[in-house]
Amino acid sequence: MANQAATAPGEHEHRPTGWRRWVYSTNHKDIGTMYIVLSMVAALIGGGMSMLIRLELMEPGIQYITDFQFYNVVVTGHGFIMVFFVVMPALIGGFGNWFVPLMIGAPDMAFPRMNNISFWLLAAALLLLLIAAFTQGGPGTGWTVYPPLSNIDFHPGAAVDFGILSLHLAGASSVLGAINFITTIFNMRAPGLTMHRMPLFCWAILVTAFLLLLAIPVLAGGLTMLLTDRNFGTAFFEVAGGGDPVLWQHLFWFFGHPEVYIIIIPAFGIISQVVSTFSRKPIFGYLGMAYAMVFIGFVGFVVWAHHMYTAGLDADTRAYFVGATLVIAVPTGIKIFSWLATMWGGSIDFRTPMLFACGFIFLFVLGGVTGVALANSGIDLAWHDTYFVVAHFHYVMAIAAVFGMFAGYYYWIGKMSGRQYPRVLARIHFWTFFVGVNLVFFPQHFLGMAGMPRRIPDYPDAYAGWNYVSSAGAFITSFATLLFFYIVWRTLTSGEKVAANQWGEGAKTLEWTVASPAPFHTHEDLPDMTGKQPAE
Amino acid sequence: MVGMLKAVRFLAPAMVLGAVPMAGNAWAAGRSEPWQMWFQEPASPVMERIVEFHDIIFAIEVGVVILVLGILCYVIVRFNAKSNPVPSTTTHNTLLEVTWTAVPVLILIIIAVPSMKLLYYADRVEKAEMTLKITGNQWFWTYAYPDHGGFSFDSVIVPDDELKKGQPRLLTVDNPVVLPAQTNVRLLFTSADVIHDWAVPSLGLKLDAVQGRINESWVRINAEGDYYGMCSELCGVNHGFMPVHVKAVSKQAFQAWIDKAKQEFANTDNAAAVRMAAGAPDR
Repeated sequence: MANQAATAPGEHEHRPTGWRRWVYSTNHKDIGTMYIVLSMVAALIGGGMSMLIRLELMEPGIQYITDFQFYNVVVTGHGFIMVFFVVMPALIGGFGNWFVPLMIGAPDMAFPRMNNISFWLLAAALLLLLIAAFTQGGPGTGWTVYPPLSNIDFHPGAAVDFGILSLHLAGASSVLGAINFITTIFNMRAPGLTMHRMPLFCWAILVTAFLLLLAIPVLAGGLTMLLTDRNFGTAFFEVAGGGDPVLWQHLFWFFGHPEVYIIIIPAFGIISQVVSTFSRKPIFGYLGMAYAMVFIGFVGFVVWAHHMYTAGLDADTRAYFVGATLVIAVPTGIKIFSWLATMWGGSIDFRTPMLFACGFIFLFVLGGVTGVALANSGIDLAWHDTYFVVAHFHYVMAIAAVFGMFAGYYYWIGKMSGRQYPRVLARIHFWTFFVGVNLVFFPQHFLGMAGMPRRIPDYPDAYAGWNYVSSAGAFITSFATLLFFYIVWRTLTSGEKVAANQWGEGAKTLEWTVASPAPFHTHEDLPDMTGKQPAE
Repeated sequence: MVGMLKAVRFLAPAMVLGAVPMAGNAWAAGRSEPWQMWFQEPASPVMERIVEFHDIIFAIEVGVVILVLGILCYVIVRFNAKSNPVPSTTTHNTLLEVTWTAVPVLILIIIAVPSMKLLYYADRVEKAEMTLKITGNQWFWTYAYPDHGGFSFDSVIVPDDELKKGQPRLLTVDNPVVLPAQTNVRLLFTSADVIHDWAVPSLGLKLDAVQGRINESWVRINAEGDYYGMCSELCGVNHGFMPVHVKAVSKQAFQAWIDKAKQEFANTDNAAAVRMAAGAPDR
């Protein structure tokens, strides 16, 4: 190995093939691809679960699910799968792995083998979660897993324990990934690519990585405490032993709130890239955008108890959390206005990635304003644990973050596969998905206003109307999603071949300087970025 | 100001959905109407203040959404590639950046001041005239009257096939909790097992019932009537089937009910729990 420098650049003796290429992969592009595939498989499972829920809730009375433990397990599984196995792997594991090294001019991630184990830990975690669902009744606790319901008295058997182990593995996967991204971004930027010239998507992944690094260990601690309560006689949350169920809530939400920023911040990064490319203008206020994400990440750590406003916290404590939560609206507003200011004066090409980006901006604001409303503890007395909350978080996660995922997919699929998506079908996908998700979730605001609680399989007859509309929207969304999978297949099998830069002058980041599909190894000669303009 | 905001409240759903007819003043107190888009009619001072506060923040929410949508639509029309072939290179404008930081801060202060007032008002009452203790169980509520002899009883859902005509499905219980109207009632919550949450939307009430702690709130019910709610924290298989029914009566009727109830519930021996275990609502 000492004579490595003597071999010509680009030669690689052991290019893996067959199953070893994937199972033993140390290549950031292949690992990114595997994450995206996992995310798609999980989306079918998690989406299927949501269809079960909407089917049952379509009409009052019980039609399909007579076993309410099963219903609660579906609700739980839907939440876990969408958060941990769809959105995070797609945005962070998928697009993060694929494009952070490409964008900073690095040949791969800092720790390619650790990258591999991050992926396979997640695959194992998904398996464990599915096993949990089928073990002795399954975990019917909600993704929030509150004790005493999740404790051994009320969930005997191994289901919750399997769920805990699944989350431990997923958490480990994320922490190792976070270490990888932080090290890569801090240490492996090409010469001349200063932090303040780095693409905003890289900033987004950097902030997200820090959030993961600091939040997941707290989840892990809480999970371990629940595991020992359940199996080894400890009493962290067990009242009879001197414990406190509310302690779990603090620990969970200390992780849980940064988690939702972990979900949205990478999407923010993608939107910045897409808006800039298709407006053919650099992002307005680059530093403001980067540091807004840092600020959101930072403040996101000190607002967790707004998820606990009805737990019985002291009034002064709640008053603090109201104030802190409201503060986050400021940097978020700066980002929205900056995207609009980027588009202002631009020469905008409304290709499909840009459609999803515009949809993101509008729909994220819609979800965001209900978030500002929910921040207020007084009015949360009316909204806590109702469909108003469900509507809010689905707007910002299931709609906005997913629009970010689709924007990323359509923007980068040419680079990843060398082939372009079918344009007309893509537009149909956008519009049907847009109509579908809005039909599902907008009426849920009304249901929450009228007082319908969450996580129930049947409801008083007065809630029937909007539930029907919401379920009808779910069918449209399902059609749109199946159309998307068809689009993926069409793209990969018969999509038009594309050049290195398919988007033109607006695409200024480094991934557009390499061939499409990106070669197995890229940036083996580091690009020289000294004196270049900021790569927006 | 508040009147104008009230107008916004009535107009806004119509703005949102165009021709959908509003329920108008036909909202029944105490529970939801079909196709309801708004809060239930408030029946307590806390809920009245919640509705007023909502009028303020809803106006702000609608304003922000319309502003963003307006700019987005303008940009789409004015700056698409056909209309504007040469993009500008502007990436900074200090005045704009300061404005869009400072104005949201101001708006948040406008929100925060009434928000804090509401928070503290709803937290507890200075002078309570009586106390009601509420215990959550899987899957029914137990009500105790410590100031009136300390008797208690269970309030269990009436299954669909035992409903009498006019009784709402999934909201009817065998023993509603009876309270006097126009009285400050201190509410104490706890749980016998997992976390539950006692909620009555029309009264603006919601608080977790947690084993090992006693949470406190209060209510003053404006008028006699029936007020319904549902358990609002996932508590197991029948979480959707442990409703709350508050029956508010006059002070005299309440006293009469107390005298009767003391005898009727004197021998409360957790009969309801036995019934549940024997599999009463299999649903």
